[in-house]
Amino acid sequence: MERVFEHVAPYIGHVYPNETEVPWTELIVIYPYITGLVAGAFVVSSLHHVFGLEQFKSVSRFALLTALCFMFFAPMPLLFHLGQPTRAFEPLITPHFTSAMAMFGYVASFYVCLLSLEVWFAFREDLVHLSKTSKGFAKKVYTALTLGSDDVSPKALALDHKIARILAMIGIPGAMGLHGYVGFVFGSLKTREWWSSDLMPPIFLLSAIVSGVGLLVVLYVITCKYRKVIPDHEAMVGLKQVLWASLIIVLVFEGLELLEMVYKAREGIETVMELIKGPIWAGMSIQWGLSFFSLIVLSSMMIKNPQGKKFVNWMFVCGLSLMVAVLAMRWNVVIGGQELSKTMKGLLTYYPQLLGRESLLTVLLLFTGPFVTLYLATQFLPPWEDAKSHPHGKAAAH
Amino acid sequence: MTIQEQIENTADTDETGISRRGFLGLLGAGVAATAAVVSANSDASVGHHKSDKKLAFQQNEAQYEEALNNPPKIPNYNWNEHKWSYGVDVSRCIGCLRCMEACKAENSVQEDANHHRTWVERYVYLEGSAEAVIDTPADPKNVENVGSEVHFRFDNRYKDEKVDKAFFVPKLCNQCEEPSCVQVCPTGATFKAPDGVVLIDTNYCFGCQYCVQACPYGVRSLNEERGTAEKCNWCYHRITKGLNPACVEVCPTGSRVFGDLNDKNSPISLFIKNNQVTVLKSEMGNKPNLYYAGADKEVS
Repeated sequence: MERVFEHVAPYIGHVYPNETEVPWTELIVIYPYITGLVAGAFVVSSLHHVFGLEQFKSVSRFALLTALCFMFFAPMPLLFHLGQPTRAFEPLITPHFTSAMAMFGYVASFYVCLLSLEVWFAFREDLVHLSKTSKGFAKKVYTALTLGSDDVSPKALALDHKIARILAMIGIPGAMGLHGYVGFVFGSLKTREWWSSDLMPPIFLLSAIVSGVGLLVVLYVITCKYRKVIPDHEAMVGLKQVLWASLIIVLVFEGLELLEMVYKAREGIETVMELIKGPIWAGMSIQWGLSFFSLIVLSSMMIKNPQGKKFVNWMFVCGLSLMVAVLAMRWNVVIGGQELSKTMKGLLTYYPQLLGRESLLTVLLLFTGPFVTLYLATQFLPPWEDAKSHPHGKAAAH
Repeated sequence: MTIQEQIENTADTDETGISRRGFLGLLGAGVAATAAVVSANSDASVGHHKSDKKLAFQQNEAQYEEALNNPPKIPNYNWNEHKWSYGVDVSRCIGCLRCMEACKAENSVQEDANHHRTWVERYVYLEGSAEAVIDTPADPKNVENVGSEVHFRFDNRYKDEKVDKAFFVPKLCNQCEEPSCVQVCPTGATFKAPDGVVLIDTNYCFGCQYCVQACPYGVRSLNEERGTAEKCNWCYHRITKGLNPACVEVCPTGSRVFGDLNDKNSPISLFIKNNQVTVLKSEMGNKPNLYYAGADKEVS
């Protein structure tokens, strides 16, 4: 009988027999997570490009590269999850328009194109410069990437800036749409009580911003240390404010969602409470614990306005905590939703596999990918605005 | 060799150290033979190759490919002329689970206790309790009791308890009028046929399992070997030839009723006419086509 207990999720109460195989695994946990990081990073770059908030200038182009590198990997978990991965393009070729998921290919492709265009305009001046200063094969690559547009006169740069702003303006609803859409994929499923909430899209969107800004803080602090420069104080203050504001909104929304569910107390609410106390107890503790910890730290930093190393270190801690908190939130939503049986009379417990196609190893590899890509991208196109590492030795146009 | 002999043989060989898969295969031969006996006109024994590593009744890959690439033509069947529907008389079901075994045999359902196109739930009200205790044949205790993942029996766990009320409820695909599985399918692989049955074109399914999530009744699952979704189709290959679904065919008590709503004298038309029927989870808005007579409040 070992086979029964090997591959199915153990359960208590009454669950439908087919439910014992949890359909969406940890790969579907990191899919919205990676997509969320994209949205968050993109928002920061937009604050500079669209709203002209100069304090974000030093991280704006880095944020853009981060968004692009993570976006490349956003569809990967889905690909690894599919039972028939060779048919992955089927929804693009023969889309079924009533399906929320069928739109993913279009939404994601549009967004990758938009991000690529925006990166190109933001880095065009650098590309022209690099195509003239580098040698050998690199010169050829940079020259090809300029697409023959080597005019870097102030007039041309002003046009670049304008186009980049328009693209970013399209990008904001794009990023919001992309992530609101991911929330819709879950929130629109009436069969799962834990998902079926109208608040799901805004919660996904705002937690995306929290995690994305957190990621940017972490990466910015690490890269500054690595480059031996002091993180730009104004930028860090700006990131602190964005983080604080979005964290407050997401906590309120998440609290309201939970409160509504408990207050409405529809059939099976006891099982929902058991779910929170049981299978996702650890996840909920991490999510809420780290969120409140970061909120307290951020709030006190809003009041005390610390400076220097102390400020940077605490921002790093907050950024990392919020990345972990949002990852836990994705787990609680995606896995938690499936651990609550559709019968509302039983609970499953999902244990991820360590090795295999759908396993923690795959998750680890897929999540390492964007960081490696980003490292290579920053080597190829240094996004830094500070004088020391900028290829021109002067500030770029943006 | 009689069925009894086959089963006895399998038991003996198991002790001599035969592989588990081989053991299941031989057990399966017994199931196939049983199903073939009880279900007249059944194709249950298709794929009965001793050399096959799979269960004897399981369709092998070559047969599956053939069925996909060269689907059988159904002469004289016009899907616009029928409106299939299904009924369950809860009070008649005795929980013998012949239907589950017949379904596995007939439809090459995956050979374990956790993938089903149909199953039966046991509801037991213990003395003084207002809530039923529910279990299914996939419950590890039941599986352990039988010692097989393809033979199904409910164990006798309530023999020392005082039971106020108990009954069995067969479950299967509701072939909804507004199927949420069809709504969410990104490729359009699953669709609602005009005769009322929700079908899957496995050439288009890419195994995302969104439909598995979207089904309120938990009747869908993923066939890991094929990488595509699976569900009950009321034995479409049989009903289009004028036969009953395998589960209806083998049901010894007439608990399962099937027929064409376009025919006023069909068993299902009479079943709906003569009983107060209900559907499960009507609040989902799926408009199920599976009608229950005598379903308890706990059934969902």
